[in-house]
Amino acid sequence: MKNKASVVVIGGGVVGCSIAYNLARLGVKDVVVVEKNFLASGSTGRCGAGVRQQWGTEMNCRLAKESMKIFENMNEILKTKRDIELKQEGYLLLAYSEREMDQFKKNIELQNSLGIPSHLVTPEEAKEIVPYLNTENLIGGAFCPTDGHANPFLVTQAYADAARYLGVEFYLRTEVTGIRQEKGRIVGVETNRGFIATEKVVNTAGGYSQVIGKMVGLDLPVYSERHQILVTEPVEKMQGPMVMSFSYNIYCQQNPHGSFIMGFGDPNEPRDFNIRSSWQFLEEMARKVTWLLPPLKHLRVVRQWAGLYNVTPDRQPILCETPQVPGFYLAIGFSGHGFMIAPMVGILMAEMITGQKLSMDLELDLGRFERGELILEPSVV
Amino acid sequence: MENGKIIVCRCEDVTLAEIRQLIEEGFTSLDEIKRIARCGMGPCQGKTCSQIIAREIAAATGKSLEEIQIPTNRPPIGGIKLGELVGEENEE
Repeated sequence: MKNKASVVVIGGGVVGCSIAYNLARLGVKDVVVVEKNFLASGSTGRCGAGVRQQWGTEMNCRLAKESMKIFENMNEILKTKRDIELKQEGYLLLAYSEREMDQFKKNIELQNSLGIPSHLVTPEEAKEIVPYLNTENLIGGAFCPTDGHANPFLVTQAYADAARYLGVEFYLRTEVTGIRQEKGRIVGVETNRGFIATEKVVNTAGGYSQVIGKMVGLDLPVYSERHQILVTEPVEKMQGPMVMSFSYNIYCQQNPHGSFIMGFGDPNEPRDFNIRSSWQFLEEMARKVTWLLPPLKHLRVVRQWAGLYNVTPDRQPILCETPQVPGFYLAIGFSGHGFMIAPMVGILMAEMITGQKLSMDLELDLGRFERGELILEPSVV
Repeated sequence: MENGKIIVCRCEDVTLAEIRQLIEEGFTSLDEIKRIARCGMGPCQGKTCSQIIAREIAAATGKSLEEIQIPTNRPPIGGIKLGELVGEENEE
């Protein structure tokens, strides 16, 4: 293990690997990624694998749109060993109230102004897109044909492979136990396998980002919350897009592999690090999905699991260097949509860390919560 | 018989040659191999392939079988239809 690095990235999820790759691409030598388990073993590998551009704030829309461009070309850009299994057959968002419909209209106007090809659909059009959709009580919806799915494990692995090729070192099964500071500046990272001297640390620890924050004395405004998912046996292709509803609280997509993946967010979930799956989720999920997409009742559930959302007060990530601790960077609080914007986050964070002009305006600093400048994202499950 | 024709994971059609290739690439845990190649994610949930892959990892790394961690057993263990979970009769 190296005892010195120019940058230490804490967390081998998709965000950490994307940042490490982009740092190396910009010519930074001696970048190290420290991961306590294995790549994508935390939130990344437990996510719903969806990639969408239909967001309600300009920043999320732009991050998602630019990231989708990268996903579309990722096999070539990263020279991936294995295809990342990108599928672009859309996200169908369902509206059950006029209020929800109005929000979709506003979002689509914003999305279209940024070049995202989303549009409104009637219940009849929704049924054309997903013929077995139960349209009871449905008022309308929004559809973006270029949204879809990518494989989180293979995307993370592709970033890690490309980063390794450029000289980044990965220390897996290595846990960060402390961050050493002298006179208010970072001097190194302590791990269970030794000390790495460095002046720059990037916190990409996902569900554990607040634990890493405490190591430099910061009380970060994020909490972690369990979200559960299940997957069915693979079957022949029957559903193109992700079907999603915010008010009914569900998302469900058929993977390119043939299995259906689905989940919802429990509003009463306690804020802790629990990632055990529950029987209650299985029942509630079955009830929701068999009502909305009736033929799915014939499919067998083969597995359920859980992962952590790292949530901020406005459900948008925190991407910045902390003013309190110079050299301590945050790419945290993705609030359930880190995977789909990771390609662009990696570029922006690498630009920030190397002191370059950012290729996109960002207002996702830590200070926004104290200033009361929350930019609330309305479209999160 | 060629290793490329020996199926280790019957749910996802993963061959012995593929498993050995992954171990050579540095994926030396069942959890990592599961996430790259899907073995253990199919309807049998690794009941068949886990032991075989664990032995392959042990042979390649010199570790004992006891040292090789088996992935979390995830519910519902055996496949159950979504319809059965909401109390609908099994129609087949």
